[in-house]
Amino acid sequence: MKRIALLGMPNTGKSTFFNRLTGASARVGNWPGVTVDLLGAKVLLGDETVEIVDLPGIYDLHGFSDDEQVVRHFLENNPVDQVLIVLNVSQLDRQLSLVLQILQLKMPAVLLLNMVDEARRHGISVDREKMSEMLGIPVLGMSAKYGDGYKEAHELITREVRNSEPVRLEKIRELLVRDDEIENTMEHVFTSTVQVPAQLSNTLTEKLDNLFLHPWLGLPLFFGVMFLLFQAIFFLGAPLQDLVAWILDQFRVLVLDPLFSNVPAVLNGVLLDGIYNGVGTVASFIPIIIMFFLFMALVEDSGYLSRAAFLMDTLMSKLGLDGRSFVMVLMGFGCNVPALMGTRVMRSRALRLLTMLVIPFSLCSARLQVFLFMIAALFTADQAPLVLFSLYLFSFTTVFLTALLFKGKYHSEEAFILELPPYRFPTLRQMILRGWHETRHFLHRASKFIIAGVVLVWLLTNFPPGVETASAQTWAGRIGEFLSPVLDPIGIDQQLTIALIFGFVAKEIVVGALAVIYGSEGTELMGLMANQLDWVQAYSFMLFTLIYTPCLSTVATIRSESRSTAFTIVSVAWPLALAWVVSFIFYHGARAMGY
Amino acid sequence: MSCLKLSAMKPGASGIISALHTEEDLFHRLAGMGFRVGKLVTVVRRGKFSGPMHIRIGTTDIMLRRLDAQKIDIHPSI
Ligand SMILES: Nc1nc2c(ncn2[C@@H]2O[C@H](COP(=O)(O)OP(=O)(O)O)[C@@H](O)[C@H]2O)c(=O)[nH]1
Repeated sequence: MKRIALLGMPNTGKSTFFNRLTGASARVGNWPGVTVDLLGAKVLLGDETVEIVDLPGIYDLHGFSDDEQVVRHFLENNPVDQVLIVLNVSQLDRQLSLVLQILQLKMPAVLLLNMVDEARRHGISVDREKMSEMLGIPVLGMSAKYGDGYKEAHELITREVRNSEPVRLEKIRELLVRDDEIENTMEHVFTSTVQVPAQLSNTLTEKLDNLFLHPWLGLPLFFGVMFLLFQAIFFLGAPLQDLVAWILDQFRVLVLDPLFSNVPAVLNGVLLDGIYNGVGTVASFIPIIIMFFLFMALVEDSGYLSRAAFLMDTLMSKLGLDGRSFVMVLMGFGCNVPALMGTRVMRSRALRLLTMLVIPFSLCSARLQVFLFMIAALFTADQAPLVLFSLYLFSFTTVFLTALLFKGKYHSEEAFILELPPYRFPTLRQMILRGWHETRHFLHRASKFIIAGVVLVWLLTNFPPGVETASAQTWAGRIGEFLSPVLDPIGIDQQLTIALIFGFVAKEIVVGALAVIYGSEGTELMGLMANQLDWVQAYSFMLFTLIYTPCLSTVATIRSESRSTAFTIVSVAWPLALAWVVSFIFYHGARAMGY
Repeated sequence: MSCLKLSAMKPGASGIISALHTEEDLFHRLAGMGFRVGKLVTVVRRGKFSGPMHIRIGTTDIMLRRLDAQKIDIHPSI
C-alpha cells in the first residue's frame, strides 16, 4: 500500500486537512522508529487505497525539539511515496524553508497553501504557477476549514500518488544533513512569488489581544473564562454522566440480573460486580471526555490557550510548567482523566510529563463527594466550609510542591517559544470530531486496564469464597491488616483501609464502600462513623484520600498517555508517599497539640 | 548605530535583528519562527512582572521569554 505523509508547520491547518481527507476513520498507531502515537488512516484515492499519516507539526526538519526528531525518525524508518506539505499562505515568508528542506530529500511532494480565505482578507496574493515552476512541485491553494480548493487538491493528490515512488531510506538518512543554502533560496522564491500588503489588516486579532492580554484585565478575564469553561464542561457533563449511569443500571436490573440469576454466585459476582461495573466505570467517563474536548477544541482552536500561556507564564515558568499546564490543572478539578489527555497540546515531552505528574493532585469532583460526606458526618455546619477550603488549599499546595520538586527531573530542554495565532472560531464539525477521536482513543487505550482493575478489586473485597463482602476476612481485609503498621500511625483503621482499596477504583464508590463496610447507610452511617472516628482521624483520612493514588482510570490514562511504565510507577508512588507523610505530620501534630 | 537587546525594547518599538547569540537548538526554533538576521521585529507588548514578550515578526505573532529575548541583538530602526 502506498503511504502519504502529511507535513507542515504547527498551526497551519494540517490536522484540519487530515480530518477532511480521512473523516472519522483515523486511528492512532505506532510506527517504526518513533516513540509517540501518530494519527493514520486508510483512504480510497481514485481506485487505490493509500495510507495517510499525520506527522507532528514542525518548524524545522533539522531542529532539536521532540517533534522534530519524531518526524526525522519517521522519515528515516518508513518509506513514504508522497509528502503533502501544508503551509499557511499568510506566513510563507518563514514557512517556505520547510518545503525546501523536504525537496532536498528528493521526496515527491505537493505543496498545499492553506488558509486562502484568511490570505484573501489580508490582501496577500501568490503566483502559484511561478512558485510551482521555481520549486518544481505542484502548488495548490485551499482552505481546509471551509473546503475551497479541496476538490482540486484531492484530485491532484490522487493523480500524483498514482505515479509516485518512495525514495530509498538510506538515501534519506544520508540527505538529512543541514544546509544553509535554504535561507537564500527561500528569500528568492518568496520575493518573486508572494505579494504582501505593507500593513496587514489584522485588526480583530489585535483588538482582542488588547483586551485578553490587557496588563490588568487579562488575568481576571482569564479566570472568568476558565470559570465559564469549567461550568460548561462539568455542569453540562454531570447530567449526561447520570444518564449513562442510569441506563447502565436499568440494563443491569431489567436484563442482566434476571439473565444471570441462575449462575453460581461467584461467577455472577465476577461478571456483574466485576466486569459489568468495570464497563460502567469506563462508560461514566465518556460524557465528560466528550464535553471536555468539545470545549477544549474551542479554547485551543480559537487561539486562547496560547494567550493563557502568555498570561500565566511568569508564575508557571518558576514551576517548570507553562500556562497551558495551568489550564489543565484547573480542569483537573472537574476530572483528572480528560485533563491528562489534554496535555497532548504540549509538544515538549518533559513539560508534558511534569504536567501529568501534578494534575492528579487536583481535587476532582469525585473526591469532593467523599469529602462532603465525611465533613457532614464529622464536622459542624460552621466548620464545614473551612474544612473544605483547607482541602482545596492542600490540593494547590501539593501541585506546586510536586512541580518544584520534580522540575529538575522533568526539565524541558526546549526553549519556550509559542506562536500566538490569530483568533479563529472552530466549526462545529471540528469540535465534534475532536470529541469523537478522543473518546475512541480513551476507549481503545485505557478501557482494558480499567476493567481489569475493577475486577481485581472486586476479587480482593469478596474472596476467599464464603466470607462477607468487604469484611476483615477478605483479602482486602488481610491487606488492611498487613498494612496496619503503616496506616495506624496516621489514624487510618482497618475499615478505612478497605475503603481506600475501593477508592483505588474510583473515588465515587468510597461512600458506597463505607456503607458496605459499616453495614449501614445515609445518616445512620454518618452517626456510626462519628462514633468510631474522631475528627483528627477523619481529616487525616481525607488528606490521604486527597493526595494518594488518583483513581484507576487516572492511572490507566497516565499509562496510555505517557507510554512509560516507569513514569506511571513514579506517578503512583510519589503521591502515595506524599499522602502518608502529610497525613502523618497532620495526625501527630494534631495529637501533640492535644486534639 | 547602537545595538540593543530585544529584551530591552519597549512596546511598539521595532528593529532589525543583527545577531542571535543562542545555542543551536534555540537557534533552530527561532529560525523556524522567522527570526533570522536582517529581519524586522516589533515588540507588541511585554507581560507584567517580567513576564514574556509578545513579538511580531512578519505576519507571525510570537511569545518569547525575556531570558531568550536577551540573546537577540537588534538594530533599532528610527
Ligand atoms: N481561516 C482558516 N482557518 C483554518 C484553515 N484550516 C485550519 N484552520 C484553523 O487553524 C487552526 C489550526 O488548525 P490545525 O488543523 O489544528 O493545525 P495544525 O496544528 O497544523 O494541525 C485551527 O483553529 C483551524 O480551525 C483554513 O483553511 N482557514
